[in-house]
Order: sequence, then structure tokens, then C-alpha cells
Amino acid sequence: MTSQLEPSFGVEIIPVEGELNVGPQHPGSGHMRIYVKLNGDIIEDVDLDVGYVHRSVEKLSEVRNYMHLIPLIERPAILDSIHMNLGYIMAVEKILNVDVPERAQYLRTLVAEVNRIASHLYGMGILAIFLGHSTGFMWGFGDREVWVEILQAITGARVTNSYIIPGGVRRDLTPAIKEMIEKAIVYQRKKIQDWYKILVNNPNIRARLENVGVMSKENAIKWGAVGPNLRASGVYYDVRKIEPYGAYDKVDFEIPMYKEGDAYARTLVRFEEMEQSMRILEQVIKQIPDGNILSDRFFKQIPPVRLKKWWEGQRRVVFPGYYASFRPPKGEAISRVEAGRGELAYYIISDGSPKPYRLRMITPSYRLIYVFKELCKGARYADLVAIYGSLDYFPPEADR
Amino acid sequence: MSAPNDNLAKIIQDLNSKFKVNGKVEGTNRATIIVDKSQILEIANYLKQIGFDHVKAVTGIDYPETEEFEVVYHISSYSDLALAKVIVALREKTSYKDPVFPSLFKVWESVWTGERETYEMLGIVFEGHPELRRMFLDEDFEGVYPLRKSYKLKQEGVFVDKPA
Repeated sequence: MTSQLEPSFGVEIIPVEGELNVGPQHPGSGHMRIYVKLNGDIIEDVDLDVGYVHRSVEKLSEVRNYMHLIPLIERPAILDSIHMNLGYIMAVEKILNVDVPERAQYLRTLVAEVNRIASHLYGMGILAIFLGHSTGFMWGFGDREVWVEILQAITGARVTNSYIIPGGVRRDLTPAIKEMIEKAIVYQRKKIQDWYKILVNNPNIRARLENVGVMSKENAIKWGAVGPNLRASGVYYDVRKIEPYGAYDKVDFEIPMYKEGDAYARTLVRFEEMEQSMRILEQVIKQIPDGNILSDRFFKQIPPVRLKKWWEGQRRVVFPGYYASFRPPKGEAISRVEAGRGELAYYIISDGSPKPYRLRMITPSYRLIYVFKELCKGARYADLVAIYGSLDYFPPEADR
Repeated sequence: MSAPNDNLAKIIQDLNSKFKVNGKVEGTNRATIIVDKSQILEIANYLKQIGFDHVKAVTGIDYPETEEFEVVYHISSYSDLALAKVIVALREKTSYKDPVFPSLFKVWESVWTGERETYEMLGIVFEGHPELRRMFLDEDFEGVYPLRKSYKLKQEGVFVDKPA
């Protein structure tokens, strides 16, 4: 069948139906195979073949103690590991019924926001390289380094921090780290203006993102979208406001929202969230109260000699023996936090043994699988990577 | 713990009297409804009408002692700010002999990924799901469904014996 689009073009367009494999080795797919069914260059349907980095966290949790699970649970999203850690510990604390001291709550908020900025910068870098904008990619990863350095200074690790433990956190804040954060905020504020010049307001990038992958408010709710993607479609939903945890009910911040629901709006939401995160950081540094960073229930169990060496000398917590294989009471708990990519939920069923009977981990990217599939239908093939990048989908996080 | 959400208590009360189910409020913003699988569609439709508009998680649990499967849907709301604070667990059970549940895809489309994974990991069939096939596992994966308790993980020891 031959048809002519417009006589003046003089080009014969032959509609072709076919299938294309994108990935799992394609640079624009991460660890995912996207099987695209095409009609011309319009995507009719996509089949997302996920699971290339599946590491069976849920099954392994049946044979690990609660504490041993912490490093395992952080792995799926190494660029957002504080949130993975935090959500899990909140669920464990609910089962154990532990109170967390005020200072530890502030510290949790502090590291979570530092990690959120780092995570958004990573996402923006990936989006930039998907669109062929190499500078954006390098800037994203360069700027991220600033925040990763801060995480390293606080927690002692660069990516999988394992910072949050039941009843508190492992290390205290020092004046040197406070100064680092203040400097980083000044740097990032200046740099975000440059980001707007080179990426966000760049006419090429705008042409690639505006009116692409439009998700209406109704669809966002129906498909169960999460995080910045949901807020870019005009739904007011952020766990930090809906069900505040940490110190979020004591700091003042706003939730950036857009009505458009296109890839460009999703990008803008992320940039504005970074600014809000920095506002939270400033308030946390100013308001953070004095006190202990571990619940008294566990703190009392640390032997005095070790307490003197580590806590009084370096303000670090050494694990009391309790953590080795504690048995929480029978019961179940569901917790949720707002991770970098959106809502993250943990559902733990305890049968009274030192290992969880069932652990369910619902990550934001996992819930974006269906959203991505539906968004691609009817889009142009060239826009596939723009939609993919704008969702900030992270394959290992979805596979778990 | 602060006082339970009044709104939630009323919803559960209405539901208990209307459908004769076992629903109870647990904690400030959490509730559990235990239903029979024959009435789950009807109850899900009712819950959707009163504002619960998405499913957060679909969890399958294996109980080998009683030879039963349980499926838990955690539902909540995006559009209603009062209901957004709430997470309701909708639970249903079935025996090993009949591992079939009605799919809630027609009520909440957001169960698409969760039901598909539960099918793959536990072998629970959701009738009416549009695309019930494997997603995460290898193409050549063989053996029992991995999240069943009868699937035992092979553990490697820290110390490996020297070959003789």
C-alpha cells in the first residue's frame, strides 16, 4: 500500500508494521528489554521485559535476620539507599514498638533530603544523555558527587550507607559536616540556574519534552503513578505531607505541582523539588535539637567501656548484642516513605522468629512499570527514550 | 498512638453491616477487611465508589501448615485527601486445591503489575487479568514457584570443604 502524505513533499510514505527490540543492551534501556510493536513510527504497544537484575530480596528475606537484611534491602536502589533503608526500618520499628529520639528524627530527615537531591541529579543526568545532551549527563553526575561526599562524611559509606538502625541512627552530625552542607547548598543553588540555561530552557530539549508522554490526572490515578510523575499530573500527594515521618511535620516546605502531565512538567517538578530539599536542609541544620541519637531502650544495653570509646570519643553508636537476632512479637506492619522516585512501601509479617515470615517491598519504579507501558501507547518511536527518561525509571529498583 | 481516624471507623462500620464481613480498625490510619473471595469484587466496587482509587501493593502469602494462600491488597486514595492518610488491607484466603482468585483489574487498573508478579512467584491465578504471564524470572526457570515456602534456598557455607 502506498500513500502520499502531502503532494508538496513529494515523498512516498509506506506504512510498515513491525516489531523492534530495544535493549537490554541498548544505551537507552538500562537493564530492560522493551519490545516495541510499531505501525510506521507510532508505537502501538510495548511489552516490558523486566527482571534482568532481579535479586529476589523478598525470598532471601525468609532466611536473613532483620538486621542482616538492611544492606540487602538497600541494594535495589543504590542511588537512593537512604530511603530504602529508612522505609524498612520504620516498618521494623512499628513491629518492635520503639520510640525514636528527636535528634535522630532530624538526622533521618537530613540524610533523606541529601539523598533525594543526589537521586534527582542522577535522574536528570540520565534523561539528558537519553536526549543526546552529554553536558547534562556530566553535570548531573558531577553535581551528585557533592552530595555523595556529604553522605560519606555523615555515614562513612558512599552508596549503600546502612545509616538508619532500629531506634535511631548510627552516627552524629559534626560542625564540619554542617559547614559542608551549607557550602553545598550555595553551590547547588548557583548551579541550578546554570542547569536552567543549558538544559531546562534549551529549545531543543523543550521540543523533545513538551507535550510528550502526556498523563492526565485521571490516568495518573487510575494507573497508580507515584512521586514526581504523579505530582506533574496535578495530583497533590506526597507522603511527607500526608503521613509525616522523621521531622517533616516540623519543617516548612512546599510540594511542587504541575497540571500539564508531560515529560517537561516531570522534569520541572524534579528541579523544584531539589530547591525545596535544600530549604529543608537549611531548617534542619538550624533547628536540630541536642540529645541522644539512639532510643534509650537500646542505648542502655551498650557496655560502658565501648560507650566511652565510641560514643563519647567519636559520637558513633556501637551495636548492642540485642541487634544480632532479636525476635519481634507476632504481627504485621506497613510503612511508607517518599523516596526520590516516589512512594515506597514495606509490608512485613512477623511470626515471632528472628526472620520475617514475609517481606513485601513495593518500590516506586515497580509501580511505574504499568504507567510506562500505558504512556508509550500511541507515542512516536523517537519519543520512547524521552518518556522513559522523564519517568526516572530505575530498573534494579523495579526488579528488586 | 493517637486516636483512630473517625472517618475510617465509620467506613469500616458501614462495610461490616452492609456486607457482613470482618473488618476492623488497627491503629490510627490502618484497617483490615477480611473477605471471602466470592464477594471481593462486590466489596472492591463499593470501596472504589467511596473514594479508594488505587492499589498500592498486592501481596501473596503462603501458609503451608493450613495449606492456604492469602492475597492482601493494600488500597488507598489519591484524590480524596482524608482517605489518602488511610491504608486499608483487603484480605482473602483460599486453599491449595483451588488457587484461583478473581482479578481486581476491572476495578483498579493499578493491580496489573502486582497480580502478575503474584501469579509468577506463588502460582496464584487471577481470573480476568488481561496479561497473566511471567515477568521477572528467567525464561528457562523450572521448579516450584519461588515464593512458596516449599521452595528452599540453597545456602552456601562460609567455609568450603577441600576436595579430597
